[in-house]
Amino acid sequence: MTAPTDVNVERTTAGEQEMKSRSETTARELMRELGAVLRMSEAEAAQLGDLPDDPDEDQTMILNMGPQHPSTHGVLRLMLELQGETVLRCKPIIGYLHTGMEKTGEQLTYMQGGTNVTRMDYLSPFNNELAFSMATEQLLGIADDIPERAVWMRMLLSELNRMSSHLLFMATNGMDLGAVSMMIYGWREREEVLRFFQKVTGLRMNHNFIRPGGLAADLPPGWRDDVLRLLDIIPERLEEYDILMTGQPIWRERLQGVGVITPDEAIALGASGPILRSTGVAWDLRRDLPYLRYDEMDFDVIVGSYGDAYDRYAIRLNEIRESMKIVRQILDRMPEGDYRIQDKKVTPPPRARIDESMEALIHHFKIFTEGFKVPEGEVYVGIESPRGEIGCYIASDGSSTPYRMHMRAPSFANIQCLPHMMRGGLVADAVAVISSVDPVLGDVDR
Amino acid sequence: MSEHDPATEMPADESAEADEPTGPEPELLHGCIVAESLGQTVVHPTREQFLDLMKALADDGYAMIVDLCGVDYLDHMSRPLPDGVERERFEVVVNMLDITHRRRIRVRVQVPEAEPTVASLCDLHPGAEAYEREAYDMFGIVFDDHPDLTRILMPEDWIGHPLRKDYDAGRIPVQFKGAHA
Repeated sequence: MTAPTDVNVERTTAGEQEMKSRSETTARELMRELGAVLRMSEAEAAQLGDLPDDPDEDQTMILNMGPQHPSTHGVLRLMLELQGETVLRCKPIIGYLHTGMEKTGEQLTYMQGGTNVTRMDYLSPFNNELAFSMATEQLLGIADDIPERAVWMRMLLSELNRMSSHLLFMATNGMDLGAVSMMIYGWREREEVLRFFQKVTGLRMNHNFIRPGGLAADLPPGWRDDVLRLLDIIPERLEEYDILMTGQPIWRERLQGVGVITPDEAIALGASGPILRSTGVAWDLRRDLPYLRYDEMDFDVIVGSYGDAYDRYAIRLNEIRESMKIVRQILDRMPEGDYRIQDKKVTPPPRARIDESMEALIHHFKIFTEGFKVPEGEVYVGIESPRGEIGCYIASDGSSTPYRMHMRAPSFANIQCLPHMMRGGLVADAVAVISSVDPVLGDVDR
Repeated sequence: MSEHDPATEMPADESAEADEPTGPEPELLHGCIVAESLGQTVVHPTREQFLDLMKALADDGYAMIVDLCGVDYLDHMSRPLPDGVERERFEVVVNMLDITHRRRIRVRVQVPEAEPTVASLCDLHPGAEAYEREAYDMFGIVFDDHPDLTRILMPEDWIGHPLRKDYDAGRIPVQFKGAHA
């Protein structure tokens, strides 16, 4: 496309970050964008040759998709180089939702940090909080002292969160591919799970419920019946999804063989979660580097075999079932006891004590205003979120705020796969590919 | 964190500890100092060793780059570091994952303020691309041979590197792109 001459258009360009036309691109950069840096098999390299490798520039056109587009799942902007309907190159341009949350994290105490990290991947808030809390606990040296009930509650919430996140994926994936009724169904089921979260934490999202040392509160009375009700209604709804989508020829045509990625590519690009598993690599941190009590749980790691969008859909659908299996086991084994550690350093005194003890009042005040001091050190904790490995790297200088808090965002890494998945596909498939990666832009940009 | 095969640990032949008279001999992995941080294995290569170490680790099975981030230790230069590691203002922290042996390793490389450059891992691990752009954007750490080292999260015309400790969070007016003064 010719360079925009309109001054208003010029103002909205992102300059250097943008994808350049072929004539301005160096050979090395072009090779990288075409995936040459990946260790490709010869067959794949030959496939690359099938594409018109050096089309005339007037036959191709660079087109922006987004940053505002219903199927980009937020403010994701893709620059696509197209030849007719075929995507030759793709470059994701991100940062539109960047709010400096890692910088904010350096201003907030460890006590307040949860309110910050929970807003990053807003579809799996419990997993963000869990990674942050576990990292803080390791620095404090109390990671092994967390009460049993707190550990099991964390697992329960984390699994229900995986279900709600995957249910939303079902909805958005359906909508992106034209199964509009699926969107309504997916949101409906997710809402059932969120209703339970609201009962437990008071909020549908952004809970700040899992905190360093345990949780904010105990489970409310009647929680077991609510969870049982969820486990009752969701399986038959999943059967409906199967009828609506899994076996349908149109659905299969639309997804199978679209956005294929190989195991080598996925590992080289640092992709994790359902994307990595769709290529057949059975890697799930819950099983392979277990945390909480996942080593005592009986569940299957769902893997695909083709690495296409259909596999990623099927994996997420079945992971909902596996999560329900885990939730059932948690219900059977949920112990009684404390929901947070009784370590006066990190746990505020109970409300009743504040009325009768001046020291308790002061202590309560100090914990919430100053926070607690965390020993010097640095630690990385990675856990399995619905989207892949979410990690928290904290460097502490011994004060009550993290010296540096970095979240390893699964969507940030996964979005690097987009150019490789889209190359040679159609624009219509690009929508299916974005959807199958299931990025959360709050997580990408932080 | 799993133990390292002693066979892969090379003797201290050319490392900087030759003139260190006291203290136990530091543990080495591929010629780089290894330490433990809360049970996690951390390697401290010099900038010169960095790329060779990452290649050696990739051969050891650490095939997947999980995370790469910068840290600015301007206000905390006294951080604990193993003997023989030279303190610098910046650090690049790389987390690697070995899927086959189910183990993690962390690499912390010191990057001086005067010349904040470090070798890029893009050719070795294509997944490092976005992380390195982020570290460049946030800290101004330059990754040599990175194919496309541009800002990734901040606007292209942004001034400064926001996660540096001398970049004040509160006092910078909002920059609206293309707004007239």
